[in-house]
Amino acid sequence: MNDLMPCGKQATMTSTKSALIQRLDNEIKNMSPLAKQILQLISLCAYILLASANCHAADVLAPNQVLHRGNGSEPQSLDPHKSEGVPSANIQKDLYEGLVCESPSGELVPGVASSWSVDKKGMRYLFTLRKDAKWSNGDPVTADDFVYSWRRIVDPKTGSYYAQTLAPVLNAEDIIKGTKKVTSLGIRAIGKYQLEVKLKGPTPYFIGLLTHSSTYPVHKASVEKHGNRFARVGNLIGNGAFVLKEWSIQSHILLERNPHYWDNKNTKLDKVYYYPIEDQSSELKRYRAGEIDIVEGIPISQMPWLRKNLKQDLRLTPYLGIYYFGYNVTQPPFKDNKKLRQALSMVIDRKVLTEKILRTGELPAYSWVPPNVANYQQVEYEWKAWPMSRRIKYAKELIKQAGYGKGKPLSVEIRYNTSENHKKIAIVVASMWKKHLGVKTKLHNEEWKVFLANRKTKKHTQVFRSGWIADYNDAFSFAELLHSNHGVNDSGYSNPEYDALLAQSAKEADIEKRRKLLQQAEKILLNDYPVIPIYYYMSKHLVKPYVGGYEDNTMDHHYSKHLYIKAH
Amino acid sequence: MAEVKSLSPGKQIWIRLKANRAAVTSMGLIGLLILMVLFAPWLSPFNGEDIDYEAIAAEPSLTSGHLFGTDSLGRDLFVRTMEGSRISLAIGLVATLVSLIIGINYGAIAGYFGGRVDAVMMRIVDILYAMPFMFFVILLMVFFGRNIFLIFFAIGAINWLDIARIVRGQTLAIKQQSYVEAARIYGASHWHIIQRHIVPNLLGIVVVYITLTIPQVILVESFLSFLGLGIQEPMTSLGALVSEGANEMESYSWTLIFPAVFLSIILFCFNFIGDGLRDALDPKQVK
Amino acid sequence: MLEYFFRRLLGAIPTIFIIILVSFFLIRLAPGGPFDFDKTLAPEIQANLNTKFHLDEPVYVQFGYYLKDILQGDFGPSFQYKNYTVTELIAQGFPVSVQLGLSAMALALLLGSAAGILAAYRQNSKFDYGVMTISMLGISVPNFVMAPILILIFAIVFSFLPAGGWNDGAFQNRILPIVTLALPQIAYIARISRGSMIEVLRSPFIRTAFSKGLPTFYILTRHALKPTLLPVISYMGPAIAGIITGSVVVEQIYGIPGLGRYFVQGALNRDYTLVMGVVVFYGVFIILLNLIVDLLYGWLDPQIRLQARKT
Repeated sequence: MNDLMPCGKQATMTSTKSALIQRLDNEIKNMSPLAKQILQLISLCAYILLASANCHAADVLAPNQVLHRGNGSEPQSLDPHKSEGVPSANIQKDLYEGLVCESPSGELVPGVASSWSVDKKGMRYLFTLRKDAKWSNGDPVTADDFVYSWRRIVDPKTGSYYAQTLAPVLNAEDIIKGTKKVTSLGIRAIGKYQLEVKLKGPTPYFIGLLTHSSTYPVHKASVEKHGNRFARVGNLIGNGAFVLKEWSIQSHILLERNPHYWDNKNTKLDKVYYYPIEDQSSELKRYRAGEIDIVEGIPISQMPWLRKNLKQDLRLTPYLGIYYFGYNVTQPPFKDNKKLRQALSMVIDRKVLTEKILRTGELPAYSWVPPNVANYQQVEYEWKAWPMSRRIKYAKELIKQAGYGKGKPLSVEIRYNTSENHKKIAIVVASMWKKHLGVKTKLHNEEWKVFLANRKTKKHTQVFRSGWIADYNDAFSFAELLHSNHGVNDSGYSNPEYDALLAQSAKEADIEKRRKLLQQAEKILLNDYPVIPIYYYMSKHLVKPYVGGYEDNTMDHHYSKHLYIKAH
Repeated sequence: MAEVKSLSPGKQIWIRLKANRAAVTSMGLIGLLILMVLFAPWLSPFNGEDIDYEAIAAEPSLTSGHLFGTDSLGRDLFVRTMEGSRISLAIGLVATLVSLIIGINYGAIAGYFGGRVDAVMMRIVDILYAMPFMFFVILLMVFFGRNIFLIFFAIGAINWLDIARIVRGQTLAIKQQSYVEAARIYGASHWHIIQRHIVPNLLGIVVVYITLTIPQVILVESFLSFLGLGIQEPMTSLGALVSEGANEMESYSWTLIFPAVFLSIILFCFNFIGDGLRDALDPKQVK
Repeated sequence: MLEYFFRRLLGAIPTIFIIILVSFFLIRLAPGGPFDFDKTLAPEIQANLNTKFHLDEPVYVQFGYYLKDILQGDFGPSFQYKNYTVTELIAQGFPVSVQLGLSAMALALLLGSAAGILAAYRQNSKFDYGVMTISMLGISVPNFVMAPILILIFAIVFSFLPAGGWNDGAFQNRILPIVTLALPQIAYIARISRGSMIEVLRSPFIRTAFSKGLPTFYILTRHALKPTLLPVISYMGPAIAGIITGSVVVEQIYGIPGLGRYFVQGALNRDYTLVMGVVVFYGVFIILLNLIVDLLYGWLDPQIRLQARKT
């Protein structure tokens, strides 16, 4: 297809499996010999099953191809340019199709574009659109549709939350700022089925970006006719494998097969239900009662029960995200006090946190960029390998040098937004600080919006919980977060050297050199301690054994068109 | 009958209350529980904050000393339950007192002065009755955070309306009594009459009101806890413990059972005491 | 009667105004706005969104806009659910909440008053204690504990009822939520009707009826029932309002598309218009409900009817 396609995905799949086996092995070590043998046998079987899950040619389809999916909260909108959040994106993946699509395992595959090429500098893409791609009313999907749609996203008048997704495209950022005209966007239709896209710099992850729902096309005629009400039942015309049939707010959204979809013959499901269920315990109960086939999130408190009773349905997969605590480095006590920041980070026993408290297979984090990111190799803290006792001793020395100790104990505040998980982690971190460094910690729980506002103004925060999930599979997605001008840099971290390295990497077309620049930047970042990496995220789902075509992948994207119901 | 008549009204009520076995048992239980909640944590070798990594979500056991087991963070559930009960009782008591202080004074003033003052004041109460208060409490908690005083205040502010109405009605009746007239003739100030003559006579209703409001307040707090708007860790309340426990009841049933039993006992007892008191006082007077 | 009705309605106008005022300023005092996300919007986009919803103007001007819209019966567009207006959302959610609330109340009224009346008739008997203790369980177990237990038993262990969802209001989807909502109300109503029945039984006209040798059932239903239900009726007004606004928990656990859930989500997401719409709508609803209860009360109790005419 394309030499820029990241090959890291493949590596991810295999490493997931080996991590699983590794974990099993660890558990086995603490058991009696007989139990060990049985378990090894089971794990072997599990592994064989896991491996054979990929060849599903022999599956017999159930006569009734209806899938019920839990979907977190109610989607804000089904307009791909005017929504935010995973629940909206999940449904939009079924209703629309971008230039590029993903396979069940997360590899990039052609979508509306049947092929594409890129020039040597990596700054000019030429997409060839498939001629059989149609809208759900039968209209052909053309290059002009993409030109219209992309201009719509970056147009400030649209008020799109994800306009920044197209930032790599030539002039996009100026248009978003309102300093350039919308028509100057670097996208051009060459005839009906050819699309030229110019970028402002080499962007190795650009093709990956095109799977993001904000780059999906919308049907010009119906948007112009219905305006704000375009994304509703009866008005919505999409180009995906499914069409919107019912939308009952806070109850369900029903999609049905789109007969005009170019690959309709390979779509197996006839109907897909999406249910907004915020309460994960409720979602789990409905799963157990057989009302839902795929669970969007698992309450971690139920994990032991699930491991015992529904182990075969559990799908725990690492995905590209980091859970971390940030320091507000613009205010005391953390301003200009690197030693203090380092000391607090070192004494957090991430292994205990992930293995004893979370128990959902999360990996402890000692770096900013998670493992398995395409074209990247992790940079980690050297003290990762130290035993806890040595880390604590070292940290005690540091905190003394930082000016705190017996006579002058440190008191800090951890802020977190409402969630069982965040609460637990904050409590445990506080207790580790208290135990090892005598730090007094106050916990401060806030509602999401209040929390965001306080985090952004950087006036009241000291230590705050945060997390980041990559929009695209590239280290830059994480690196840019701590650039001094980035909107989500809530630490207020600013290091000119770091910023310069990022700027340099954005101009670098050579993947090898680019990687080195980003690694160099991460080293500086880690050494400055503006953040405390805690663990790398896992996606957690329950999937009924009769759901076929479901594969774990690092982006946690699961298109309904790949799924089907096995006879059961 | 003659003997009873010679007793003071307080004693009469006490005798009638004693006849109500459910109420008496409840009073005994609540007394015991309060003592336990106040002093039992000292007997435990654990405190409610320390995390025992070796006993995460451990079952209740005598040998480990974790009588009620531990929660999913390895904290001793016995101590947590005691602390939670303490906070819940405190919220119930303080919020009820807040609403009492507002309600009694408001109702007494309205009833005592009567006329236009009364009309305006009761109109305000009518307006407030139409407020979807639960919504305002949720808004307050969402916006201004989990401050324990805010919880006291918010819940107290909802409940004062009922008591204001009751007290006003009572005051209207009491102020006709001859001793109030007498005080007025001797030139006592309005404030003096309200505080010295009217309010003390409302004691009976007030006691009933307290016992019936405390469980309601505790329930409201637990409801807020369920919505994730309750008290701030590491402090806890029975509501917070129970809603946590309800989420993990199949994995670790004890995290639900113990706090839920305490919560139910408290609610149960207060309701029975309230009912008993109401029966013991003349039911007509109470309404 | 009609005059009284309209006078009460007129009197409600300041009430509604105050509700609008308080909620409008309360929600705008809150930290964080509807367009704050963990990603930061480009300033130009933020500005455009603010202009679109008048958020760039002074608060009192915004309040003016809001009052103007609301007088025309328009609650505005929802900030959160971009393709819907608040009026549409309320029209979807309110019938669900009301149906659940009223069914639960009807169930509670039936069971609660029956239990209370019988308990009063056999005052201080074992039956009395038994009924009151069981009904007290409904008050003592919070509904967020009761609901998962009911689901576990009826949906998972015996699997003859759904564990959640609304399913366009199918009967089997309503049973568990209605029961969960009704349980505490059964207890309250049983207590109220027991107390009032005891009082009625002591009253001279009932004693007379008994002394005349009329059949017990006849006395209870024909003479005693109406006065017994009076306090229950006056309890119903606030209780119905409470059960509908308080069904947030039940709606959340069972995944029911009622108005309470919209409200909580709206408050968390700073969906100003939706929160305002729900609060104002409920304010009006509660006022109407209280009015209906008062009328009903007047119809049951002639004394009150006279007073109402006088004032």
